[in-house]
Amino acid sequence: MSEEPAIRVVDLYKSFGEKPVLKGVNIDFPKGTTTVILGGSGSGKSVLMKHLIGLLKPTSGKIIVEGQDLSELSNSALNTFRMRFGMVFQWAALFDSMTVGENVAFPLHEHRKDMTEAQIAQAVHDKLSMFGIGGTEKMFPADLSGGMRKRVGLARAIVLGPRIVLYDEPTTGLDPITTNYVDEMILQAKTSLGVTSVVISHDIGSAFNVADYIAFLYDGEIVAYGPPETVRASKHEFVAKFLSTWFKKN
Amino acid sequence: MSAVMGWVRMPFERIGTSVIGFFTEAGEVAILAGQAAMWAVRPPYRIKNLFAQADFVGVGSLFIVLLTGLFTGLVFALQSSFAFAKFNAESLVGATVVIALCRELAPVLTGLMVAGRAGSAIATELGTMRVTEQIDALEALAVSPVQYLVVPRVLALIFTMPLLCMLFDYLGFLGAFIVSVYQAGINEGTFMGRIHRLVTLSDLVGGLFKASVFGAVIGLVGCHKGMRASGGSKGVGMAATSTVVTCSVSILIVDYFLTTFLIMIGFG
Repeated sequence: MSEEPAIRVVDLYKSFGEKPVLKGVNIDFPKGTTTVILGGSGSGKSVLMKHLIGLLKPTSGKIIVEGQDLSELSNSALNTFRMRFGMVFQWAALFDSMTVGENVAFPLHEHRKDMTEAQIAQAVHDKLSMFGIGGTEKMFPADLSGGMRKRVGLARAIVLGPRIVLYDEPTTGLDPITTNYVDEMILQAKTSLGVTSVVISHDIGSAFNVADYIAFLYDGEIVAYGPPETVRASKHEFVAKFLSTWFKKN
Repeated sequence: MSAVMGWVRMPFERIGTSVIGFFTEAGEVAILAGQAAMWAVRPPYRIKNLFAQADFVGVGSLFIVLLTGLFTGLVFALQSSFAFAKFNAESLVGATVVIALCRELAPVLTGLMVAGRAGSAIATELGTMRVTEQIDALEALAVSPVQYLVVPRVLALIFTMPLLCMLFDYLGFLGAFIVSVYQAGINEGTFMGRIHRLVTLSDLVGGLFKASVFGAVIGLVGCHKGMRASGGSKGVGMAATSTVVTCSVSILIVDYFLTTFLIMIGFG
């Protein structure tokens, strides 16, 4: 593929104290596609994702987003640069002192000073309705189910129109029907908004539902990468064992 | 032999680790202070957040500070009148109590009260936001947590602490007046006259300045501990406890150096 990827990770190493977590990760995330990073617990998936948006700084290596090396940006420039991203957190990370409407309106209040309150309210309503939760504006996050919180989290993540959306374990803790709904939500965000999506997950079924590409992270390294069928055919011992736990059952 | 060496080395290692830990944390708080100062002068100015925090810190701490002030004045005047009676110097009770309140007791005790109430609450709130990834979410939404969370809290404490301290002074004075005049039988005119003659404006201003510095210490330590919290609800609880301990000790240590500084520049 000759087109520049949305995100390129080059030789990424990350250690916390003496403990290495990422040991030379190299991966491209092509524009307009959904890439799922699969891996077991403690494999470094969330650490990798936090590097992609600049929440963590690499011990060594580079993260290049749309041609820009994140390590060359000052803290305030990085802050502005993050508007290109939307991030959906594992437990949604909604601001619990704000209502649903205020949560989704928050990025607009912060970064779209040109919008009136009426326009913001309309944009909030449109985004919530897009994910089937219109009318929840006055509710507080504590009043919502896990699936609804994830949807509010996604509405907040895309309200500024980001070009890249990152999902951290979007289906963790959800029942199968809600998991399926979240998968559709990810596909809908890709098709209707044309965003590049990066999904961190250990949910194999969900990964094979939404992925254009799958990268398998094991012990801080990418040990398998490619379209879902390529990864499914991987001969790597841990990948084969990991995938067999799901494919044997289904 | 190596076991003996281990026993000899252990206390030094523990002391060394504690000293390194203290200076590391002090350095981190200093860095946070620098970042907060930088973000405080950059728009957007979060006036609404500042007033919300001032309400929480100032109005919310009012009752406990007033109560502490009143009873400090009452008991301090009672003890002073008892002690001064031994060498017939009861007339000095008012001035002694007011000078001690303005210069030392009001800023320090207000600081300790606010550290216990607001400092721990700040650490708990930010700690909860940290462990539930709400602070990460702020960063992911291109909003600086230092500007959004730290600056309003620190500024609110810097501005409200002198006001609380002043009210502490007033209630302490009132308590001293009640005990001295109505309990110890000191003449009202003598009590007030000595205060007029011996208490200077610099006594009050120096105390208010101290209170403001203690406010900055409470805000920075509370925010630092909260933002560094990890390990779920236990970690948040530890951050809150640690904030109260660190703030209390820091206030007492900073107080000595501030007092020395104030005396040096003529506030003594």
